Amino acid sequence: MEALRTAEDTKNMSESKNKKLSPEQVEKISHLARLELSSEEREKFAGQLSSVLDYIAKISKLDLKNVEPLAHVGELKNVWREDEVERTDVHDKLMDLAPEAKRGHFRVPRIIEE
Amino acid sequence: MSEAFTYRTISELSSLLHKKETSSTELTELYLSRAEALAEKTNSYIKLTRAEALKAAAAADKTLKAGEAGPLCGVPLGVKDIICQDGVEITCGSKILKGYVPPYDATAVAKLKQAGAVILGRLNMDEFAMGSSTENSAFGPVHNPWDLEYVPGGSSGGSAAAVAAGEAPAALGSDTGGSIRQPAAFCGVVGLKPTYGRVSRYGLVAFASSLDQIGPLTQDVRDAALLLNCLAGHDRRDATSLAEKVPDFTAALTGELKGLRAGVLKLDGLSGVDPEVLVSFRQAVELLAGAGVEIKEIELPHLDYGLAAYYIIAPSEASSNLARYDGVQYGLRCQDTPDVVAMYKGTRGEGFGDEVKRRIMLGTYALSSGYYDAYYLSALKVRRLLKNDFDQVFSGLDVVLTPTTPTAAFKLGEKTQDPIGMYLADYFTVGANLAGLPGISVPCGFSKAGLPIGMQAVAPALREDLLFKLAYGYEQRTEWKDKHPSI
Repeated sequence: MEALRTAEDTKNMSESKNKKLSPEQVEKISHLARLELSSEEREKFAGQLSSVLDYIAKISKLDLKNVEPLAHVGELKNVWREDEVERTDVHDKLMDLAPEAKRGHFRVPRIIEE
Repeated sequence: MSEAFTYRTISELSSLLHKKETSSTELTELYLSRAEALAEKTNSYIKLTRAEALKAAAAADKTLKAGEAGPLCGVPLGVKDIICQDGVEITCGSKILKGYVPPYDATAVAKLKQAGAVILGRLNMDEFAMGSSTENSAFGPVHNPWDLEYVPGGSSGGSAAAVAAGEAPAALGSDTGGSIRQPAAFCGVVGLKPTYGRVSRYGLVAFASSLDQIGPLTQDVRDAALLLNCLAGHDRRDATSLAEKVPDFTAALTGELKGLRAGVLKLDGLSGVDPEVLVSFRQAVELLAGAGVEIKEIELPHLDYGLAAYYIIAPSEASSNLARYDGVQYGLRCQDTPDVVAMYKGTRGEGFGDEVKRRIMLGTYALSSGYYDAYYLSALKVRRLLKNDFDQVFSGLDVVLTPTTPTAAFKLGEKTQDPIGMYLADYFTVGANLAGLPGISVPCGFSKAGLPIGMQAVAPALREDLLFKLAYGYEQRTEWKDKHPSI
C-alpha cells in the first residue's frame, strides 16, 4: 500500500499544527488521489490546504479518549432485502455512455507493462 | 407574463390551475420565458428543458381536466443539477461528467413526476455541491437576484436564486452542510433540509453519503410542507432511507405558536457574526416570544468544533465517492496517455475544478495511513459529542434557533481564494447534517445593503412538523415573504 507517511510525518496532529504542507507532500497526496496537478496548482494548494489543516486542528484540543465514534446517524446495520431478480434495460444505455467500450466491456489504456 | 403569475406560490398556482384560471402549459411557457429572459443576469439554470417541460405540462393539463389532480399537478419546478432525471444530461456543475445522460430518474424526481409536477430545467450549483457561493460551477457563477454583484450562497445557489427571482415557483436542492439553508438565507427564500433518511438519496449524485439530503427551496413555508409531503418516504433503493410513516406536514401549519419551546443559541462572545444579522435574529426571537413561544438560552458546547469535524468527514467521504470519475465508465476521458494511471490522473486533473480538488486531497490526506486516527476518527468522535449536545437540549425543547449564516451574502470573488473564510458560512448549518436532524431557514430581515437575512430552526429527528409549525407561525406574523428583488 502506498502511504503518505514518511519518517518526518509520524508526529501527531497537534505537533504538526502550523506546519505547512510542502509542494512535495501535495504532490504525494495528489498522486494517491489520482489528480494531475500543475506546479502552480501544487504551490497554491499547499498554502490553502495548510490553512484548512490549521483550522481543523482545533479538534485536537478536545479530550476524545472515551468517546465512541459516530460514522452514521442512523447507526443502521445490515439492512436486508429479498434478493430478487429484476429485469432492467439500462445495460446498453450505460455502455453507450462509456468513453470507449467494446463488446459490452469498458476499454482502458494499458494496465500491465509489456 | 403575465406578471400576475410571477411570485405565486405552489399553493396559489395549484388553486388557479384547479379553478381553470390558467393551464400548466401557460404557466410552464411563462416560467420558461422568464428564466430565459433572466439567464444573463442570474445564471440560475445550467439548462432549461423546454421540450420535456411542455410535454409534462400537456399531460398535467389532461389530468387537471379529468379532475384527478393533486396539489403539485401542473406546477412548474426547477431541479438542482445533481439529481438524476431520465434522459436529461446531468453535470453536477462539473466538466467531468460531460455527455452523461442518466437512464433513470432519482426517486425524488420520479415522485415529482408522479405528482404531475413539471420540471423546467436543471439548476446551477457549486461543482459536486462543494461550495458556499455557487462560484465553483464549471458553468459560471450564479448571481444573487437581490444584488447581482453578490453571491447567492451555495451549493444550491441556482435553486435559491431561481426561486428568489421568480424563475421557478420552487426548486429542489441538496444539503450536505448547509447547501439548501445557506443559499435560502442569502436569497430570502425558505429552505428545508429534512431529517437524514427522510427523503431517498437514490439518484442524488453522492458527495458525502452520511450527510447528503434532498430538500425543497420555496417562497413560503406551506410550499415546503407540500413538497416534503411528496418527497418523503421509504425507498428500497436507498438502504439508509427511513421506514417511519410520513405524516401530512401541512397539518402543522396552524399559525399557533403558544406552547412551543425554543432554545436560542447563546451568541455572546462569538466573534464573526455580523451585528446586522444579530439584530434581525434577536428581533425574530422577540417576536416569537411575544407570540407565546417559550424561549430559553442554550449552549451547544461542541458546535464550535462541528465545522472542523465537518471539513474532515465530508471531504473524506467525497474523496471516496468521487473516485468513480476516472474516465472509464462515463464522462470526460483524457486522451493519448501512456497507461491507465496517467489516464486517471489526466482526466481528473482536467475535469475537476479547484474546490473539488482541494476537498479530494483533504479527504485523501485525512484517511491516509498515519493520519486516520488524528483526523477522520477524531472527527467522528466530535460528531458523537455534537449529537449528544443536541440530544441533551432536545430533552426539554422543541427547536433550536440560530441565525442561518454568520453574515448576509458576500460579494462575488471575495472569498474564492480563502477556503476557510468560505467554509465559515456554514458555521451554524453543519450541525444539523452531522447529527442527522431536520433544519429550516426562513427569511427574518434585511441588511442595510438590502440583502436578505435568515433564521434557522433545527428540530429533533423526524420532527419536521415542529419546524413547519414554528416557521409558519413566524411567517404569518411578518411580511418578509412578500418582498421580492427588483430584477
